[in-house]
Amino acid sequence: MTTQELVIPAPRQITTKPRRSDKVFRGVVTTGGLSSLLLLGLIALFLGYRGFEVLRHEGIGFITHSEWAISTDDAGNVLESHFGLAAMLVGTILCSLIAVVIALPISVFCALFLNFYAPAWIKKIMVTIIDMMAAFPSILFGIWGFLVLMPSVEYWAKLLHKYLGFVPVFNMQVPVFTRSPFVAGVVLSIMIIPIITSVSREIFSQAPLDRIQAAYALGATRWAMIKAVVIPHGRSGVIGGAMLGLGRAMGETVAVFTVLNIVFKINWEILLGAGGNVASLIILKFGDASPYEIKALMAAGLVLFGLTLIVNALANLIVKTTGKSGR
Amino acid sequence: MSTVVTVEPTKPWKASRSERATDVAIFLISLFTSFAVVAMTPMKGKLAYFALFFIAYAILTSLFKARQRGSAAAKDALVNSMVAIGAIVTVIPVTSILATVLAKGLPGISFGLFTHDMALATPTDPLSNGGLLHAITGTLILVTVALVLSVPIGILTALYLTEIKGRFTGPIRFLVQAMSGVPSIVAGLFILSAVLYPITKGYSGLMGSLALTILMIPTIARTSEEVLNLIPNDLREAGTALGGTQWRTVAMIVLPAAKSGLVTAIILGVARIAGETAPILLLTGGGDKVNPNAFSGPMGSLPYYIWKSFNAGSPEAITRAWAGLLVLVGLVLILFTLARFLSSRKAAK
Repeated sequence: MTTQELVIPAPRQITTKPRRSDKVFRGVVTTGGLSSLLLLGLIALFLGYRGFEVLRHEGIGFITHSEWAISTDDAGNVLESHFGLAAMLVGTILCSLIAVVIALPISVFCALFLNFYAPAWIKKIMVTIIDMMAAFPSILFGIWGFLVLMPSVEYWAKLLHKYLGFVPVFNMQVPVFTRSPFVAGVVLSIMIIPIITSVSREIFSQAPLDRIQAAYALGATRWAMIKAVVIPHGRSGVIGGAMLGLGRAMGETVAVFTVLNIVFKINWEILLGAGGNVASLIILKFGDASPYEIKALMAAGLVLFGLTLIVNALANLIVKTTGKSGR
Repeated sequence: MSTVVTVEPTKPWKASRSERATDVAIFLISLFTSFAVVAMTPMKGKLAYFALFFIAYAILTSLFKARQRGSAAAKDALVNSMVAIGAIVTVIPVTSILATVLAKGLPGISFGLFTHDMALATPTDPLSNGGLLHAITGTLILVTVALVLSVPIGILTALYLTEIKGRFTGPIRFLVQAMSGVPSIVAGLFILSAVLYPITKGYSGLMGSLALTILMIPTIARTSEEVLNLIPNDLREAGTALGGTQWRTVAMIVLPAAKSGLVTAIILGVARIAGETAPILLLTGGGDKVNPNAFSGPMGSLPYYIWKSFNAGSPEAITRAWAGLLVLVGLVLILFTLARFLSSRKAAK
C-alpha cells in the first residue's frame, strides 16, 4: 500500500455579493411589495385629509349624533350643518350581525357536510357552486334580493313578529315590514355564506386525522367524533371566518342600498322598515351633495374603513393562529 | 379436482336492505306529514313544506335510531339532518339566482342589444330601442386598464412574499389580507379624494379602473402567492446551482413553471371586479354612448347600466336590468369556468 500525501486544495473564494441584475430585481420586487402598504396608508391619509374639516367641526358628535342635515344659501355657502353617523353605525352593525347570526350555523353545518358526510362527487360540485357564489357581483344579490327574496322575507318577518313578538328585538310599534334591517341581513347572510363556509371547511379539513381515526376506533358515532375532535380543533378558526364575513357584510354597499330603507334615527327594532348603513349613506347622498357634504361623506368613509380594517385584521389573526396550531 | 370457492366479501358497514327500506319509509312518511299538515292547518307556502318535512324527518329518524341503538345514535341522526339542511340551504339561493336571471333576462336579449348603445334611447323605451354595446365596451375597457395596472403590482407583491422573503414579509402579507377587506365604496372615495378632485376634475374610465385596481391587487397577490408556493424549491435550487442569478432563476424557471396558475389568479381577479358597482357609480359618470377613450369623458359599464335601468323602475327598464345582469353573470361565469379549467389542468399534471 502506498500512502499518498493528502493535498488540501486552497479554498476558492466564494462571493455572496449580488450581481447588478439581482440588485435591480430585488429593488423592483421590494418596491412592488411595499406598494400595498403605501396604498393602505394613502387611503387613510387622503380620506382623513378631506374629512378633517368636518371631523373637527362635529367632534365626537360625528359618531354619537344621528342627524344628517345641511342647509345652504343660494350662493352655495353652508349656513348650518349637522352630520352624525350614529344611526348609520348602529344600522351597519345590526345588519351585519343579523347576517352573521343567520349565516354562521348554515355555513358550519355545510362545511361539516362537505368534509365528513358528502361523497366525493357531491363535494366537488358543491365546492364549485360555493366558489362561484363568492364571485357573483353584489348588484346581482341586491336586485335578486329586492325583487325575488324580499316578499318571502317579509312573510318570515311577519311570522317572527306574530309568534316571537315577546322577544324585544322582534317587537315593534308600527307594523311596517318592507325594506327592514332584517331583509338586508338575510340578503347579506347569503352573500357571506360562501366566505364562512370555505374558511370553516379549510379549518375542519386540518383536523388531525389520527385523532379522528382514534375516535372512530373507540366506537364514536360521526357526531361524537365531530364534537370530540373537529369542533375543539376548529372553534376559533370558525370564529375568525365569521368575523371575515362580518367585515365583508359591513362594507357591502349596493346590495344593502337596494333593499334597505335608510332613516336617520337609531332603530333597534330589526323587523321595522327603517335602518341605516354607512356605505349606503355614501351612495344615497353622493349624487346631489355640496362640496362640504362630500367632505362629510369622506369622513364617513374613513370611519367605515377603520371599522372594516379592525374587524378584518382581527379575523385574519385568529384564522392564522388556528391554522398553525392545527398542523 | 378441487373447486375454487370465492368468498363474497361481506361489507358490514353497508346499509342492509331492511335499513334502506326504513330510510325510504321515513322519508315518505315525512313528506306525507308535511303535505298533510299544510293541508289541514293554516300554515302555507313553500317554507312550510320545507320546514315541516325536515322537522318530521329529523324527529322520525332520531326516534327510530334511539329505539334501535340508543341516545348517541339518535343525536348522530339529528345532526345528519341538520347538516343536510345546511348544505341544501346553501345551494337554494344560487339555484334561485341563476334561474331568475335566466328566466327574466332571456326575454330582454336580442341581437340589437349587442350592436346599439343608449345614446338615442332611455331605459324606459321599448326594448327594441337602444342596447348595451356601450356598457360592454365600457366594462371591457375598465377591466383592461385595471388589469394593466394591477397585474404587475399583484405579482410583484407575491414574488416579494415568496422569493425575497425580506424584512417586511410578515407585515405585507398581513396588509394584503387586510386590503382584501377594504369595502369597494372606500376604494371609490379614495380615488375621488386623491385623484379625481385634485388632478383630473372630471369623470372618466381611468378613475373607475384605478379604484378597481385597488380591489384587484389583493386577489391577484394572494392567489399568486399560493401558486408560487407550490413551485418546488428544487427548481429554484437547480437554477442557482447552474450559476443563475436570482433574477434569471425567477424569470426563466419559477415564473414559467407557475404560468397557468398565475393566469388563474388574474382571471379570478377579473371575475371579482367585473361586477363591482359602488366605485363605478362614484367615478365613471356612466355615459350612454360608446366611448373608446378611457382617459376622458364619462364611461358606461354593465353595472352602471343595470343600476340605472333598475332605478328607472318601468317594466321595460327592469327587463333591461335583468338582461344586463344575464350578460354580466354570463361573463363572470365564463371567467370562473376558465379559471377552474386552467387550475384543474395544472393539478392533473
